[in-house]
Amino acid sequence: MTPARGLLYAASAMLAAVLLAPVLSLAVAAADGSGALWPHLAAYVLPQAIRDTFLLLAGVGILVIGLGTGTAWLVSAFAFPGRRLLDAALLLPLAVPTYVVAYAYLDLMHPLGPVQTGLRTLLGLRSPRDLSLPDLRSLPGCVLLLGFVLYPYVYLPTRALFLMRAGTLLEAARMLGAGPARTFFRVALPLARPAIVLGTGLALMEALNDVGAAEFLGVRTLTVQVYATWVNRSDLPGAAQIALVMLVGVVGLVALERLARGGRGYAGSGHRDRPTARRRLSGWRATLALTLGLTPVLLGFGLPAGYLVWATWQRLLGTGLPETLAAQALNTVFYASIATLVTVAMGLLVAASPHLLGRRSGSALIRAAGLGYAMPGTVLAVGLLAPLALLDNGLASLADAGLGWAPAVGLGTGAALVIAYTLRFLTISVGATEAGLARIPSTLPDAARVLGRGRFGTLLAVQIPLAWPAVLSGALLAFVDMAKELPVTLLLRPLNVETLSTHLYGEAARGTYEDGAASALLIVLTGLIPVALLLRLDRDAAPRQSRSDA
Amino acid sequence: MFRRRKPAPAPATGHDGVSASSPVRLEISGVSRRYGRTPALENVSLSLFPGEILAVLGDSGCGKSTLLRLVAGLETPDAGEIHIDGRRVAGRGGSEPPDTRGVGLMFQDYALFPHLTVLANVRFGLNHLSSRQARAVALERLAEVGLAGREESYPATLSGGEAQRVALARALAPRPRVLLLDEPFSNLDAGTRERVRADTLAVLRQDGISAILVTHDAAEAVEFADRIALMRKGRLIQCDTAEALYRAPVSPFAARALGDVVTVAGIAAGGRLTTPLGTIPLPSSAPDGAVQVCLRPEAIRIVRRGEGVPGQVLRRSFAGASSRIDIEVPGLDAPLRLTAAQDAITGDSVELGLVEGGILVFPESERA
Repeated sequence: MTPARGLLYAASAMLAAVLLAPVLSLAVAAADGSGALWPHLAAYVLPQAIRDTFLLLAGVGILVIGLGTGTAWLVSAFAFPGRRLLDAALLLPLAVPTYVVAYAYLDLMHPLGPVQTGLRTLLGLRSPRDLSLPDLRSLPGCVLLLGFVLYPYVYLPTRALFLMRAGTLLEAARMLGAGPARTFFRVALPLARPAIVLGTGLALMEALNDVGAAEFLGVRTLTVQVYATWVNRSDLPGAAQIALVMLVGVVGLVALERLARGGRGYAGSGHRDRPTARRRLSGWRATLALTLGLTPVLLGFGLPAGYLVWATWQRLLGTGLPETLAAQALNTVFYASIATLVTVAMGLLVAASPHLLGRRSGSALIRAAGLGYAMPGTVLAVGLLAPLALLDNGLASLADAGLGWAPAVGLGTGAALVIAYTLRFLTISVGATEAGLARIPSTLPDAARVLGRGRFGTLLAVQIPLAWPAVLSGALLAFVDMAKELPVTLLLRPLNVETLSTHLYGEAARGTYEDGAASALLIVLTGLIPVALLLRLDRDAAPRQSRSDA
Repeated sequence: MFRRRKPAPAPATGHDGVSASSPVRLEISGVSRRYGRTPALENVSLSLFPGEILAVLGDSGCGKSTLLRLVAGLETPDAGEIHIDGRRVAGRGGSEPPDTRGVGLMFQDYALFPHLTVLANVRFGLNHLSSRQARAVALERLAEVGLAGREESYPATLSGGEAQRVALARALAPRPRVLLLDEPFSNLDAGTRERVRADTLAVLRQDGISAILVTHDAAEAVEFADRIALMRKGRLIQCDTAEALYRAPVSPFAARALGDVVTVAGIAAGGRLTTPLGTIPLPSSAPDGAVQVCLRPEAIRIVRRGEGVPGQVLRRSFAGASSRIDIEVPGLDAPLRLTAAQDAITGDSVELGLVEGGILVFPESERA
């Protein structure tokens, strides 16, 4: 083994240890956690939290499947004026984090907010007491909000599958006399099952990860309880125990997803069939189709985003932008940028590891890199506490031993946040880089090897330069996710540091909504970047398709 | 990992406990390779001498590309050994990585690096030289293949023939001890292919390169190579000069590889061979009994009436100075196709006879 190779192995082993640290530390916490807390949690906190979480996930699951497959079918099987626009617009809610949409709606639907005021004027009512709408701050309200923001996770893969595979199959079904409804339920739905399950799984992960929307709307989910137990009750072991319960839930969710896919993989890439011969709609049917399709866009994006623009504008006209906004934006960009750099570097190492270390250890490392993304942010943060404290102590004793100063990297410093961001979003960078590397014809690295370059040299001279666009797009996606991130930021940020998301959370928690609108708008604008990227990828794929058809 | 290849040494210098007189450039001994349960190569042995060009001929899937990848070090053999200039590069005790073997490989798709200019592609394997030297060598190589002036182009802007020549220059630049060519002309259209092939051969001969060419095209193998290794289903069938392969193939399959044959059933008895086309002295030793006889076109002659076996002319087609004639002969499964002078045959029937040379006798048991 050459020294370089040894170094590589050491680095990979260390990275694997860091990747596994949160899970291991939770397991340790559970193993020797004090029994004194558990009865209290089991009796008063967990039953209600588990019930609410379960109901929330079930409700969101049903809603995203309905909205996601319905809209995907609408844009794949029918042709009507505005279809192309709708096709793209349906992705827009991806730009709005769950806590932002909850924040916007709470203000929008406030008794003194524009909607209720407008309704009262319309009905000739004076007092807010005369008009009683169902309160948004409830479990059903939370389900509705999350469902309308998270359905694109189902829409995106399902639509891709319809575009890719459906053409011939659906035509055949129609030739055999099956009407549109029958075709949808008997052919399209079973066909799209792997895509639907995959998308639903992602949407539920997001719902489970959510801490803002649930708390604003008064739903005491497990995530909220972890946060509350930690921050409000200063009870770390308790938080760890709830987090462990959630981790079990995530494992269950993943197992359920595997089961529901029935061993079938989801073929997300590859050759498209002929484009589906869409059924042409006209007149009132076309109007209905467009209206139906635009409803989730309006509710999941249009209304909240429009409201944020309006509220920011009002604020601008009134007292000007909040002075703290620039500092928050700067903090957001600062931590997200540093973590993105680390993530890209780690992502390169992990994605290239099958080429450098051999296939088996490489794919193990790649799987380990996905752990952080599978864990809800609060769980990851709790799991990181013990390892970070250990690191702090270790460094402190090192400092005592002779350095004379203590390099603080752990809790309460930016380093903790950067580490947590990296662990949580590493898989995005790894996935993008992997895809970029996989697209390189295998003869190119082979040629480099024969021309005298080692594995590492080949990686540097050929593979990374060719995969660079994919690496960059992965970096961009990771950056945006970090900038939008709430739960981890809330728990691990350095003292007195506010990012856009934590500021928004604070305003909402205090009930002073007006001040948060500008921050929320900035977050939504950031969130639009990956949506634009997705749309461009989609457009790039289309012409290539028509050429290969010719 | 950052080991650089030493500048290619002169032929075997006696390193690694090998006698300096070893005349073999590349020695492949008993090499096997399987993918899962499918064997790709079974017990293949070949040698390549300095300055020699060897063609490996076979259909797709016969294992010829696997052989190249094993020699290049891109894969490791499951059994057997590979020596280059007497130095073991694969076999017991591990496999030397491709970057230090001193082997050049030209890929079927050329594998030019799309993000590098033509010059940078050719310089890629010259990392051990100083920047100035590397540039000089690369320019020299480009001039040799007739691409001076295209240094700054990117591969995407090259024609197929130009890309092939860049690939050749790139493979030759580090002065490999063995150059491997994997179907390097199959992506070119027919007109370009002839010219590029001749140019490539000229460059290899001029530099005295030892090379292995993998191809499925028999004419290419004959034109290009000193010797031809015929492969089938992962096994080496025969390795010899084109002429020897043509005159003394080891099986009916080998007989068909380098030229047309008509296969007929025959009986060998008492030093004579009886076929539907007549009886002749047994051309090679064979035990008495049923045999397979492969006849080259030149073994079949049209003879005067009364001296041969009668045949019925089925079809006649114009082929310039000569004509192609399909003749039905009693006792043969399919009509014979002969090429004869335009006026050699006039009527509807002819008589055919055998002449010595081009008659190949194989035991009946030999598979087709």
